[in-house]
Amino acid sequence: MMHRIGAIAFNTFREAVRDRVLYNLVIFAILIVGSSLLVGQISIGVERLVLINLGLTAISLFGIVIAIFIGIQLVSKEIEKRTLYTVLAARPVRRWEFIVGKLLGLIGTLAVNAGLMAIGFFAALLYMTHRFQAADLHLLSALYLIVLQFVLITALALFFSTFTTPLMSAVFAFALFVIGTFAEDLRAFAVMAGGIGKYIATGLAYLVPNFAALNVISQVAHSVPVPGQLVFWNTVYVLVYAAAVTSAAVLIFERRNLK
Amino acid sequence: MNAAPQPATLKTHGPRNRVPVVASLLVVALLAASVLVLRRVDRIRGEATLQEVLYLPSAKAVKRLSLGYTGLMADLYWTRAVQYFGGKHHARSKQYQLLEPLLDITTTLDPQLLVAYEFGSIFLAQQPPQGAGDPEAAVRLVERGIRNNPTAWRLYYHLGFIYFQEMKDPKRASEAFLKGSQVPGALPWMRTMAAALAQNAGEAETARYLWTNILNSTDDKSIQQNAIRRLEALRVDDEVMALQNVVDAYRQRTGTTPPNWRALIAAGYMRGIPVDPLNNPYVLREGRVEVANPDDLPFITKGLPPGQEPTLYLKKKPS
Repeated sequence: MMHRIGAIAFNTFREAVRDRVLYNLVIFAILIVGSSLLVGQISIGVERLVLINLGLTAISLFGIVIAIFIGIQLVSKEIEKRTLYTVLAARPVRRWEFIVGKLLGLIGTLAVNAGLMAIGFFAALLYMTHRFQAADLHLLSALYLIVLQFVLITALALFFSTFTTPLMSAVFAFALFVIGTFAEDLRAFAVMAGGIGKYIATGLAYLVPNFAALNVISQVAHSVPVPGQLVFWNTVYVLVYAAAVTSAAVLIFERRNLK
Repeated sequence: MNAAPQPATLKTHGPRNRVPVVASLLVVALLAASVLVLRRVDRIRGEATLQEVLYLPSAKAVKRLSLGYTGLMADLYWTRAVQYFGGKHHARSKQYQLLEPLLDITTTLDPQLLVAYEFGSIFLAQQPPQGAGDPEAAVRLVERGIRNNPTAWRLYYHLGFIYFQEMKDPKRASEAFLKGSQVPGALPWMRTMAAALAQNAGEAETARYLWTNILNSTDDKSIQQNAIRRLEALRVDDEVMALQNVVDAYRQRTGTTPPNWRALIAAGYMRGIPVDPLNNPYVLREGRVEVANPDDLPFITKGLPPGQEPTLYLKKKPS
């Protein structure tokens, strides 16, 4: 079982790399170095802050966009090319293994992508500040939480792609990302609401993926440490939520008529 | 196998096909023309393009729209505030309507962005054309900064500075310095400042102390330059007063006005011709001590030719 999931994951990774996904790294490097130099000249006292905020925001947004646009194609492409039927019929691969393999492959791609961007980011930081400080270690926590964002969004994109068109999947996944950044506002709204509205709002607030808690960029830019507890419980939350979404994806995919 | 005719390929080759060349030329020429036309349009619209508009005046709305990436958004708004201030300052404007809202949005997006409180309050507090001339807004900004960052003792320093320099309120300035000195990590001179202000120390002496501390505590070139010019101006004011005292003493003793510095040197009042911080000799004109190039010494209040107002802005390159 693990071998089959691993094979699908590896193939997904290889395909994504062939799709020239990693081209964004060049854009990223130019963006980050160029803008940090530019903003350094036109602003006052925020060179390091801009580099960190811009670098981590770019890593996060690039990754989310890539996660959505590859995630929505993972299943539909295989159906379109009629390779899915071959995989599922001719080899001893179960449908759920296929979904899990695809998910892990894409997460792997995004993690490698984020890792490479992080190297570029730290190189730019070193160029600007000439030496690393102890506080720069907090940046790694922020990067880790960004990878957790990717896990969530990939699971969501894959989930939507099991039952709707790629375009609609992209719209749904992106909409949920936006709503997820407002998760804490929804909760505040629930507190203020009354009657049945309170229960609906509270339910919704906990049902949507909470992206807000995964964004600590602004905090680490000011060298404020990220509590280990936050990192740990965020990890647990993302694993549980992504597993739930993936289970739902498997549920739908199992019932889908692929012929 | 016969080669199938390829009309499409044939059409794009051959000497007669000028379409690519013409199209390329058209692209370049029309784009250039569009720029010219747009410049014309801009001239007609005039003020409209320069209107002061904040498309999103609500700090909270901007925060929501930044989708959690508030840090980067705050940096962009801070850069916008700096650019807005710089542009207005360069144009010697006396109106800085958007400065406070821009700083408000910046600090709402990132309440820990200390530079925005520190330099933003300087921009807001100083009199036009050096700043927006709104010390009350500056005090509000710094007080919000203190609420958001209770451990940032430097904000108390800026608060005291605004009270002292712009609002001429040494009592509140002293209170601010004292409060700041009680924050853990505050440098000892905060307490000294509080004491000096409470004892009604000379204004020039206090100002020199404040500007020296600003000079030593920032890495920003423009702020350093400003502090250096302020300190030079204080030195000029001191020196002009001292020289004027010498001239007056000579006049009292001899009953005549000294025609030049050499007369004072010959009489033993001084050893050499005095020079200002720009190494230009001070001018002695009909018994009045003046600086040679008052335009190159901003912020001085003494040694100006009769009728000349003090310059309140920095020149790009002082000679």
